[in-house]
This record gives sequence, structure tokens and C-alpha cells, in this order.
Amino acid sequence: MRVLEFFRSKPDSTATVAKERLQIIVAHQRSNRGSSALDALLPKMQRDLLEVVRKYVEIDNEQVKMRVEKEGNCEVLEVNITLPEGSVNKNE
Amino acid sequence: MAKIIVVTSGKGGVGKTTTSAAFATGLALRGYQTVVIDFDVGLRNLDLVMGCERRVVYDFVNVINGEGSLNQALIKDRRVENLYILPASQTRDKDALTLKGVARVLEALRKRFEYIVCDSPAGIEHGAIMAMYFADEALIVTNPEVSSVRDSDRIIGMLSSKTRRAVQNMQPIKEYLLLTRYIDKRVDRGDMLSAKDVGEILAIPMLGIIPESPTVLQASNAGIPITLDKESDAGIAYLEVVARFLGEEPPEREKKSFFTRIFSSKLT
Repeated sequence: MRVLEFFRSKPDSTATVAKERLQIIVAHQRSNRGSSALDALLPKMQRDLLEVVRKYVEIDNEQVKMRVEKEGNCEVLEVNITLPEGSVNKNE
Repeated sequence: MAKIIVVTSGKGGVGKTTTSAAFATGLALRGYQTVVIDFDVGLRNLDLVMGCERRVVYDFVNVINGEGSLNQALIKDRRVENLYILPASQTRDKDALTLKGVARVLEALRKRFEYIVCDSPAGIEHGAIMAMYFADEALIVTNPEVSSVRDSDRIIGMLSSKTRRAVQNMQPIKEYLLLTRYIDKRVDRGDMLSAKDVGEILAIPMLGIIPESPTVLQASNAGIPITLDKESDAGIAYLEVVARFLGEEPPEREKKSFFTRIFSSKLT
């Protein structure tokens, strides 16, 4: 047994394991932090957008999709509005 | 201009009250007019650690509600000149501390004191937010242990979003890490996170490392702030924390050269 243990690679110390686990969880906590202000505004912004689009096009609630993405130091607000075919009234 | 310092951590039992008592006493020993406030409404304990529990008549909430004056509630320490304690209330009403009330009391204290130390309750609820809201600087008390480090990170997030300085777009709160209950031997053996590890994870300047010491419990048994025990290694470490906080580089101690390496790289 002793000989086998000698050849087996030494396991990481528990402190090293703790550090690695913490680095992951802390990075995750921090990525959730920054955009929270904008996240809180999204539902209202989505309603307002729907209202504006509906002045011109018939669309459902689910056809406006929004999300915030972090890219380095800046945040990107992605808005996706799907228009149903032939929905735009050309007379207006 | 008076400075408001919050002693906070998120996790309970890491040494916030011990630190508040030791740190405030250390500042007063250096001749600064200092008051330490217990924000743990319902679970007051700072008075016990400071050894003045039998002198509590009026408390923080009484002052906010106008049931007693600030002068009636402030307890003057009998050992150290310039040191006062404002005890917490034992009421069960968690919302007894209002933002307006706290602001009014702190404003009055600012006129009289140079340092106002706020001992935060554990958790991330109302009481903890009240304690940190008006702070200019923060001591984040952390044990070299996973749950404490994670909670400290959450608290750092709250300091930069839920406080007056954050809300009003002022200069952010100065944050300092204070590692407590540190055991060199276990770090050397690899079964405790090192100061360097915790410093890297939390990425804020390190103000000091307090070794695990039986004298801390002995001091709290007797109601004596640990900084008054000249023999205690933890007490000496806290005095060094005070010196570093005041912008001095305390004399180097033997065997601790790696501490100074961390401090000189982070603090300058």
C-alpha cells in the first residue's frame, strides 16, 4: 500500500481546493452584481416598447425579447422584436 | 471632519464586536475622540464586550425616538479617555432603526467625535444596511474559511450599491480587509486559506491579520477590549491595525515578513 501511495500524485491541499471554489463562486456573484439596476428596469422598458411598436404593428407580448449582456466593461442591451408576416400596414 | 467606520462581515461570529471594541479602544488610546455604536438591535452585546453592561440606561433606539437624550445614552469608558459607547436596544422591533433617525444621531455625534465606529449586526438585512449606510470607511472582518469569505464578498457588493456614498454617486467607501482567527501553522500545513489567498479573492487592501488567540475569549469574559491587554498577541495585532488605519507603517515583527510584503503591495 505504502508504495502505491508514494507513486500516486499528491492531492491538492484543502486550502487550495477552498481557494479555487471561492474564486468560481465569487466571480459568479460579481457577474450578477453589475447589471442589477438595468435588470430591474427591463420589464417596464419592455412594456413601453410594446406600446410604441403596437402603434404601427400588431404584435404579441412575447414578440419583444430583451436581455442585458456584459462584455468587458460595458453592458449591451439586446432587443429582439419579431414581426409577424404581412403585419405592416402600408397605407399608413 | 468626523469619520464614520462600519465594522461588517455578513457572516456572524467572525469577530465584528470584538473588532469594534478593540478598534475603537485603540483609536481612543491614540487620543482621538471616539464613539462605538452597537447596531445589533435586539441582540446587544457590545456593552458586554466593553464591560459596561450594568451602566446601560438609555439606548440608541431611545435616542432616535426622543425618549432620552444622546448625552443620557452615551456611556463614558472608565479606563480610556475619549472613549464612549452607544448601546443597542433590546427591543424586538427590527425596524426601530430608521434611516432618518440614524442620520440625525450620527449628525449629532459628528460634531463631538473624530471617529464613529459602527458595529454591524450579522446578515444582510435592515440592521446591517443601517450600520453601513452612512459609512466613509469599512472594515470587513473575515475568517480564513469559505463561508466567511463568500459572505464578505456579498457585503462588499452591498457597500458599493446600497450605501449613501453609492446612491448619491459620491466617492466610494474605502474598504479594508481584516482577517481574524488566523492560524499560521494551519496555513503552513495547507489546511487553512492564507492571507494572500483571501486577499486575492476579495481584492481589497488588507489592514491586518489577527491571530487566533485564547486571550480574546479571556478578554471578553472580563469585559475588557483586547487592545487593553498589553500581553496579548491579538491585542498587539489590533493596535497595529489602528496604526495602519491612521496611515502609519507599524514596526516590522519577526517571522511576519510575508505580512509586510502583502501590506506594502496593497496599501501603497
